[in-house]
Amino acid sequence: MLKPAAIVGQVILYGAFAAVIGTFATWPKYQQIPSDVALIKLSISHLGERECRKRTPEELAKMPPNMRAPLDCPRERSDIRLEMDLDGEPIFRTVLHPTGLYKDGVSTVYKRFEVAAGSHRLTVRMDDNLDKPGFDYVKDEQITLAPAQVMVVDFNPDRGGLFFK
Amino acid sequence: MSFHTALRNGASSVFLRIEEALDVPFGGTDNPLRHLGAIGLYLLWIIVGTGLYLYAVLDTGIDAVYQSIGYLSLEQWYLGGVLRSLHRYAADGFMLVMMLHLFREWCYGRYHGFRLYSWMTGIPLIWLAYAAGIGGYWIVWDQLAQLSAIATAELLDWLPIFSEPSARNFMSPDSISDRFFTMLVFIHIGVPLLLILGLWAHVHRISHVDYLPSRRAMVATLAILIGLALLKPALSNPPANLATVPGALDFDWFLLFLHPLTDVSSPALVWSLLFGVTALLFALPLLPHPRPQPAAVVDPANCTGCDRCLADCPYAAIAMTQHSSRPGFRLAVVDADLCAGCGICAGSCPSSTPFRRREALVTGIDMPQQPVNALREQLEAALARLEGRTRIIIFACTRGAEAGPLAAVDTAVIGLICAGMLPPAFVEYALRGGADGVLVATCRSGGCEFRLGDLWTSQRLLGQREPHLRRTVPPSRLQLLAASAHDDRTLAEVLAEFRTRLEALPVASDRLPPYLRSASHHA
Ligand code: HEM
Ligand code: SF4
Ligand code: SF4
Repeated sequence: MLKPAAIVGQVILYGAFAAVIGTFATWPKYQQIPSDVALIKLSISHLGERECRKRTPEELAKMPPNMRAPLDCPRERSDIRLEMDLDGEPIFRTVLHPTGLYKDGVSTVYKRFEVAAGSHRLTVRMDDNLDKPGFDYVKDEQITLAPAQVMVVDFNPDRGGLFFK
Repeated sequence: MSFHTALRNGASSVFLRIEEALDVPFGGTDNPLRHLGAIGLYLLWIIVGTGLYLYAVLDTGIDAVYQSIGYLSLEQWYLGGVLRSLHRYAADGFMLVMMLHLFREWCYGRYHGFRLYSWMTGIPLIWLAYAAGIGGYWIVWDQLAQLSAIATAELLDWLPIFSEPSARNFMSPDSISDRFFTMLVFIHIGVPLLLILGLWAHVHRISHVDYLPSRRAMVATLAILIGLALLKPALSNPPANLATVPGALDFDWFLLFLHPLTDVSSPALVWSLLFGVTALLFALPLLPHPRPQPAAVVDPANCTGCDRCLADCPYAAIAMTQHSSRPGFRLAVVDADLCAGCGICAGSCPSSTPFRRREALVTGIDMPQQPVNALREQLEAALARLEGRTRIIIFACTRGAEAGPLAAVDTAVIGLICAGMLPPAFVEYALRGGADGVLVATCRSGGCEFRLGDLWTSQRLLGQREPHLRRTVPPSRLQLLAASAHDDRTLAEVLAEFRTRLEALPVASDRLPPYLRSASHHA
């Protein structure tokens, strides 16, 4: 039989074990981002352009009939240049490289920015063909961010290129 | 002494002190620190059992699941809510116990030689346990799940695994599908299954595995977890909403501490830490450490194939084959890679009895570093030397309390690799050879370096295990003591009491008839 002192000791120690578990299973609370801050997530996945050359009629004539594609396209995709400004200040500049062994895959970026809630001017520029000068896509808009809001900057050619949501 | 050795020695002496302090209220059998692996397994069974219930009743679907878990906690609190809380708290406890177990094995230097396999197979279990636990929090699909899922994806994206950032899967509420949820459940069942498989491998090379803690420890553990579940039920945070950032959340620091750590440092640092610590754990056995003890050696001529060594070896190092020279008989064989060199087998072999008349005692299975024959010679020399009113022989494990200083004209001390290597017949042999009493000192219960030495010794001497001490040996002349390296004082006190008791016995009341193997041999 256990002595009373041993029972008391065991109860205290088992209790301490439970208390440690019960406490640190929920406490202290954790808040990742202050409550007056919003998040802008830049998340784009896009195939860069490639420079195709029109084949001349002579070239085409030399090819077997079933392979006479009018355009000669390389596999390799262009890098993508991306810029993001907040309230006129540059906050992000990058050049994305295509994935894949032959550089024929999509280029992707995922990045988040903590921004004070409120009204901001957000400008995003994207150039998906570095052989041609200038940005092919620009989105420049006054946005209002609620506290804790997550706003996504994405790209979809079917939705007119860059968009905020 | 290297920095690591100094650190380990410091840590082990602190840990051992705490472990021994817990012996006071718990005793060795119930002491949780002495059975951390078993408590871990027990908690795992609680997790599996409660998990099966949750799996059976939860609506699987990304919207439905939050509601149905909430229903368990709020409406069906007395059953589903308690089981949910048990599932969570047992998981937290499992992490705590696993880390303590890891720390303890490291402290005591149990990561090389015959333990290499247990150590190496233990390390991947940590990753599996965290993967299972973190995944579990996602299933609730509350804001904590959202935070953890995104933070984990961002952390994984730092590694060159995915061609597209996996965090892109969590951009907006409509990007999460029921399929994602099905995958989650699949992972949260699959990873624990892998963990169980890994655990099976982890204990594969030891025998008589401590699969479950004592009944009392199990009841108490379950009781406090249920108490915790009732006092402080596990609840969800507000539902996930990928369009907003979670606010201040109730946070599980046992399972999810990596997220805050990443936030205050960086993915690069966290991965370096995780891979660094893992590599260190794997590399630990490469550090210089004591030479392995010589392995047990079988002598076919003296092995009858009785299986006792097979039954008693703590490290599954013994197997039986056909006897080479005796048809129809079996023969023990030792796998030297697994052998701890503890001598427990020599203590179990019926051929180890000192009463055999042969000049040299050759037993079935023996230790090159302390053969049974040498033990008998040591004992016979001591018996011939001892004088005084009460002559006592002490057989003591050299890892336990320091018995050497107790040697005197009337007291002889014979140190053993492990108390388990003492063939019980040696006690009778000592008494019939002139000793008035025999004291056998093992380590504390549950504190044997070789896991089972203290248990087998006491069971053999109390007649509960083969080979047993013959019942004709008067119990009054045998003193068993479980004493650790910190218990020198206790050993001295118990010896003094034992002597007083022996002196109080009526003269020759219970003496065994003297036995002299061959008077000529030590005349
Ligand atoms: C996932 C949780 C774990 C559980 C449930 C567990 C369970 C166990 C059990 C039941 C034993 C047998 C104890 C005995 O019968 O004496 C054991 C032994 C052992 N474990 Fe674990 N283990 C876990 C993780 C680990 C980890 C992470 C390590 C270290 C990397 C580790 C290292 C060892 C060693 C070295 C032994 C051998 C002890 C000896 O030979 O005396 N274990 N474990
Ligand atoms: S010495 Fe110990 S580990 Fe080796 S075979 Fe004998 S009982 Fe097993
Ligand atoms: S205990 Fe001795 S006799 Fe029995 S199998 Fe082992 S070595 Fe052989």
